[in-house]
Amino acid sequence: MAKDAIGYALTALNRLASSELLDRLGMRHTAERLAYRLTKGGFQVLTTSARAFKSARKVDRPERLNAPGTTTDLFDLNITEEQQMIRDSVRAFAGEVLREQAERADHGQGIAEEVLGQARELGLNFFAVPEALGGAANESTTITSMLVAEDLGWGDMGQAVAILAPMGVANALTRWGTATQQDRYLGSFAEEQAPLATIAVTEPRPLFDPMVLNTHATRDGDDWVINGEKSLVPLAAEAELFLVAAATEEGPAVFIVEGGTEGLTVGEDPAMGIRASAQRPLHLNEVRVPEQNRLGDEEFDYRAFVDLGTLAWCALAIGTAQAVLDYVVPYCNERTAFGEPISHRQAVAFMIADMAIELDAMRMLTYRAACRAEQGKSFRREAHLARTLVKDKAMKIGTDGVQLLGGHGFTKEYPVERWYRDLRAVGVAFGGLHL
Amino acid sequence: MNIEIPKKFKPLINNAYQVARSTLRPISRKYDRGEHEYPKELDMLAAVLDGFNEGDPANSAGAATTGSGKVEDSGSVKNGANMGVCLGAMEMCYGDTGFLLAMPRQGLGNAAIAAVANDEQLERFKGKWAAMAITEPGCGSDSAAIRTTAKKDGDHYVLNGEKIFVTSGQRADCVVVWATLDPQLGRAAIKSFVVDWGTPGMELARLEKKLGIRASDTAAINFVDCRVPAENLLGSPEIDTKKGFAGVMETFDNTRPLVAAMAIGCAKASLERIKELLEKQMSYDYGKPVDNCSAVEAEIYKMEADWEAAYWLAVKAAWMADNKKANTLEASISKAKAGRVGNYITLRCVELAGSLGYTEDELLEKWARDSKILDIFEGTQQIQQLVIARRVLGLSSKELK
Repeated sequence: MAKDAIGYALTALNRLASSELLDRLGMRHTAERLAYRLTKGGFQVLTTSARAFKSARKVDRPERLNAPGTTTDLFDLNITEEQQMIRDSVRAFAGEVLREQAERADHGQGIAEEVLGQARELGLNFFAVPEALGGAANESTTITSMLVAEDLGWGDMGQAVAILAPMGVANALTRWGTATQQDRYLGSFAEEQAPLATIAVTEPRPLFDPMVLNTHATRDGDDWVINGEKSLVPLAAEAELFLVAAATEEGPAVFIVEGGTEGLTVGEDPAMGIRASAQRPLHLNEVRVPEQNRLGDEEFDYRAFVDLGTLAWCALAIGTAQAVLDYVVPYCNERTAFGEPISHRQAVAFMIADMAIELDAMRMLTYRAACRAEQGKSFRREAHLARTLVKDKAMKIGTDGVQLLGGHGFTKEYPVERWYRDLRAVGVAFGGLHL
Repeated sequence: MNIEIPKKFKPLINNAYQVARSTLRPISRKYDRGEHEYPKELDMLAAVLDGFNEGDPANSAGAATTGSGKVEDSGSVKNGANMGVCLGAMEMCYGDTGFLLAMPRQGLGNAAIAAVANDEQLERFKGKWAAMAITEPGCGSDSAAIRTTAKKDGDHYVLNGEKIFVTSGQRADCVVVWATLDPQLGRAAIKSFVVDWGTPGMELARLEKKLGIRASDTAAINFVDCRVPAENLLGSPEIDTKKGFAGVMETFDNTRPLVAAMAIGCAKASLERIKELLEKQMSYDYGKPVDNCSAVEAEIYKMEADWEAAYWLAVKAAWMADNKKANTLEASISKAKAGRVGNYITLRCVELAGSLGYTEDELLEKWARDSKILDIFEGTQQIQQLVIARRVLGLSSKELK
C-alpha cells in the first residue's frame, strides 16, 4: 500500500522525536547521519586526496604470480611452514588487538589508526606485491590471503575488512593490472607508508547482483566518465585509491579512481554490522579517469574479480563463525541451569555439534574454490557454491550463538550480538575485498 | 593446500562408474522388487572387483582395504586406500547402494578384519566374505550394552546371544560378532570374533523386510552355545579397561567416512537425475546470486552446495586416515553431514519431480528410500552429533549423555 498524507506526517513526527532523543543522548554521530538523511542526495564528505602516485620504471609486461611450486597432484590440506608462521602472527594479532578493540571500533564506526598501523607492521601487503615491485610475493598467494582473512575475521570482522581492503586492492592490481597500472600504483603498497585503498562494487538496492550495475562508465575522448552510487565501501573516507565497478557498453568493468578526484564524495549510512570497517556510501558524479585507468586488459575477468571478493567474505565468515564456536564452548560448559552445565543437555550440545559440522563444511567449499583460483583454474562454480553455503550456515551459527547465551547474548556485555550483526554482511556484501 | 582428486584415482573412479551405470542401474529395480532374491549378477562383478584388488589394491572399489596397507607416494602426503575406497563407494552407490552393501567379499566385517586382525589372521581370513554383527534387539547405538556373551572354554570361546541387522549376514562366509567377555566390565570387555557359517550353534533367525536397500540382505542370527576357536578373536584377548573399547571403535574412524561416501553417491544419483528432468527450467550458469534465481534453481544450487561440502568432508576424513592423523571427530562430521544432506536431497528430488519422482518408473523414489539407512547405520545422525559435541565441548559420555 502506498504511503498517504498521514503516513508522511507520521514519518516526519517520528524523525523529529528521534532527533530530539538523540540530542538528549548527545549522540552526535547519529544526529549527523539524520542531517544527511533529511538532505539525501547532498553528499558533503570528500574523499581523502591521493598522494602523487609516480611511475618507478618503464616495463612492457605486468608482473604475474604463478601457481605455488609446492602444489602437487595429491589432495592435501597441509599448509606450508611459511603460511603457518603467517597464521601464527596474524592469529596472535587478531586475539590480542582486534578482539580487544572490537567493541570500541564497532561503536566508533572505524578502526583505530594505531591498529591499522600495527596491522601494517605484520607485513601483509608485502605478500600481495610481487618481488619485482618491491614486495615479497614470488608465487600466487590466494590461499595465504584467505587464511589471513579467516584469522583476522576470527579476531573481529569489522576491523578485518578495513585491514584487508588495501591488501585486496594490491592483490587485484597484481592479478589484473596492466604494466602501466602496476607501475604507477602497486609499488606504493610495499612501501612504509602504503596507501589505504578500497574496492567499491555493491550498490544500494534489493536483490543486488554484482553483474548488473547501475553505476555507469561512458567514454568521453580519452577519458572515462563514471556516474553512480556505491554502498558498503570500506574505508571510503580514508582511502587514497578506489577500484570502482561500473557498467560499460562492453559489460561490467573496474576503474582505478584516485581519492580526491572531482565528483567523488562519500556519505554516511551506518550499517547493522561490520561498523569498524568504516564503510560508507560512495557517490560518483561525473568522475573522470583517464583511459588507461580501466583495470586490466583483455584478460581481465570481472566475474573472477567479484568472486575473489566473495571468497574473502566467505573466509571472514568462517573466522567469525569459529569465534562464535570458541566462545560458546566455555560459556555453555560454565553456565549452569537445573543443577548442571547447560552443555550437558543434548538440545544445547547438538546446536554446538551442528556449528562444528557446518563450520568444517564452509571451510571445505571455500578452501576448494580458493585453491582452484590460486592454481589458475576456473573457480566460478566453486565460488558460487561456497557463497551459497556460507551465507546461510554462517548466519545460522551467528544466530545460534546469541540463542545459546539467551538474554545475555542479546546485550552488549557479550560479543555474540556483534558477531550476529557482522555475519549478516556475508549475504549482502560484494567486492570491498579481493583475495 | 590442494583440494582436488589426484589423477591416479581417475581409473578407479571410472571403473566404478562404468560398473554403476552398466551393471548396477539396469538391475536396480529388479532386486528392489524381488527382496531376498540373490543378485547372481554380482558374483561375476565381484570376481572382476577381486581382479582389481589383486592387481592393484589402490584401484579397487571395495571395503576390504580400508585401514590396511597405505599406498606410498613420493613426498610425505599420502592419498591412499581409505580415499580410494571412499571414491569407489561413491560411484558404486551412485549406481545402487543396496548392491554395494551386498557385494561379495566387501562386507563391513572385512573392514574390521583389515583394521584389527594380526598378520596370521589376515592370511587365514583372506578371500572370505565377512559380515558384521554388532546390533542386538536390546542395543542399537549403545554398543557398550551388548549382551551377547563369550565365555572362554579351553581353546574356544562359547558365544550366546542374538544379533540383528547383520548386513549380508546370510550370504557371507563368516560373521564378525561383537560379544562381551564379562558384562560387568563394560566396554573394555567387548571383543570381536570371526564366526564361520556352519559353526554349530549359529543359526539364521530371519531376513528383514525393509524400507530400502532391499538388494542387500539383513539377517537376524542366533548364537546358542556356539564354540568359536580362540584364535578367531580379533585383536588382544586381554581386558584393558584403559583402552579396551577404543580398539573396537577405531574401526568407525575408517568406516564412517565410507558410509558418508555411500550417502554422497546415492544423493549424486538423485541430483543428477533431477537436473536432467529440469533441464528446460535451469540454466546452471553459477552466475546469479541464489536469491535472484527461480525457487527451484535456488533449491538445486543449495543442494549442490551441501552435497559438495559433504563430498569434500568425506575425502578429508579419509585423507586423515590415510595419513595416520587422528580423525574420530572428522569421521563423525563427515557422516553427520553426508547423512543429513543425502537424505534431504533424495527426498527433495522426489518432491521436485512430482508424481514422476514418486512412482516406480523412475528410480528417484527408490534412492529416497535407500538413503534413509545411511543416516542410521554405522552411528545415527544423533550419535554423530553426540561424538562431535563431546569432542568439541571436552565432555565425557557420563557428562553429556
